[in-house]
Amino acid sequence: MIDLKGYGPQLAEGAVVTIELALLSLLLALFLGLTGAAAKLSASRVARGVATTYTTIVRGVPDLVMMLLFYYGGQVLVNGISDLLYEHYEIDWFFQFDPFISGVLTIGLIFGAYMAETFRGAFLAVEAGQIEAARAYGFTRWHTFRRVMAPQMMRHALPGIGNNWQVLLKTTALVSIIGLTDMVRVAEEAAKAERSPFLFFIPVAAVYLALTAVTELFIKWLDRRANVGVVQGEG
Amino acid sequence: MADVAPLICRDIHKTFDQNEVLKGISLETRKGDVVSLIGSSGSGKSTFLRCINLLETPTSGDIIVHGDPIRFKTDRKGERIPADNRQVEQIRARLSMVFQGFNLWSHMTVLENVIEAPVHVLKMPRKEAIERAEAYLHKVGIYERKDYYPAQMSGGQQQRAAIARALAMEPEVMLFDEPTSALDPELVGEVLKVMQGLAEEGRTMIVVTHEMAFARDVSSQVLFLHQGVIEEQGSPEKVFDHPESERMQQFLAPRF
Repeated sequence: MIDLKGYGPQLAEGAVVTIELALLSLLLALFLGLTGAAAKLSASRVARGVATTYTTIVRGVPDLVMMLLFYYGGQVLVNGISDLLYEHYEIDWFFQFDPFISGVLTIGLIFGAYMAETFRGAFLAVEAGQIEAARAYGFTRWHTFRRVMAPQMMRHALPGIGNNWQVLLKTTALVSIIGLTDMVRVAEEAAKAERSPFLFFIPVAAVYLALTAVTELFIKWLDRRANVGVVQGEG
Repeated sequence: MADVAPLICRDIHKTFDQNEVLKGISLETRKGDVVSLIGSSGSGKSTFLRCINLLETPTSGDIIVHGDPIRFKTDRKGERIPADNRQVEQIRARLSMVFQGFNLWSHMTVLENVIEAPVHVLKMPRKEAIERAEAYLHKVGIYERKDYYPAQMSGGQQQRAAIARALAMEPEVMLFDEPTSALDPELVGEVLKVMQGLAEEGRTMIVVTHEMAFARDVSSQVLFLHQGVIEEQGSPEKVFDHPESERMQQFLAPRF
């Protein structure tokens, strides 16, 4: 075994933080992505405008800048709203931005924009006839979405979701900059203190690699399920 | 009780942008009627069929399904839309459609395709829906393929599965939109044979088709559409053997 000089448990805790952060951000990103795609494809010009503004801004601003903006700016905003509510309505509401919440919000928001594009493409890839058949048999909109749209678009969305997930997972390393004790932060401190960067950063790299490899397998399994009924060429 | 007409269409107009595709089509059916809609491409026959189950909203005109007129309203942009989506869904459940491109749901097996609407739209118990589906799959001759996915079957088999899906709704009227046009020539026969069987059972059918032999031999009423109007209408004998309009005579004349 490698001797982690007593930092082992702390690194493990950091890894758990990384995983929690990544999974919660993914959930938020999937939700925002679906909503964003629905808005972009909707007939309402306002919804399309809002969604396009969202994806344009978010995809055009560096992740780090946005994270700093959220962490420092978010608290200022909350304070403002809190004061306003108390002064005008006597509502005592306060919300403390911590690095974890800022991280989830920022990463979720960033990847929500990428997911929105992924889902939009996937929805457009569903054959019109499939939807038309559902309408012609008296399906409600929700039923059409749940039973026909969603399962068929998953096939087109999964490769993109898999890609986004890998990048998302790696982006969580950025939250160490706003002070969250994730795996990277622990490794950085340990490496400085012990003057041995390889000892700490290589295991961290290995954990990221292991996580992406495992999820890759999971995505492949999902992909097989989503492609049921599709005849594919050999090789 | 007197038989209620399964479907009445009165003076259906449809305009896409500036282009008037249907210029007043009316149709009245009795129970057991087999109506063939014929005409060249662009004559409006498919659009008319799609207006019947509101896949297209007619610009004006009435559609009455078994005595139940579809209600319309005008939206904010001044376009005519159905007033009540719930009513549209109910009416569609009584008019099942068979498409040119089959449009079986590709992620479901044949059996799942056939029970989907009975279970989720008609709220039929699953077990009963499966029994019904199996009976209809027997009828169209693809019971053995019930656990196949659409992509694993030939076009003819897919279209017969689609007909079973339509039958499983036990609809008031069956709408066929060029059901054999996407098939290889050698597969057309098996689908037409199934349709002929349905006609003989007394099912009410409206069929958009290019199969003149089918229109002549199986239908009780033939409508010949040209540029959005009915040019010729009546029994197959009248339309095919004694056409009055010049267009119909040209349409029937060999073209090469």
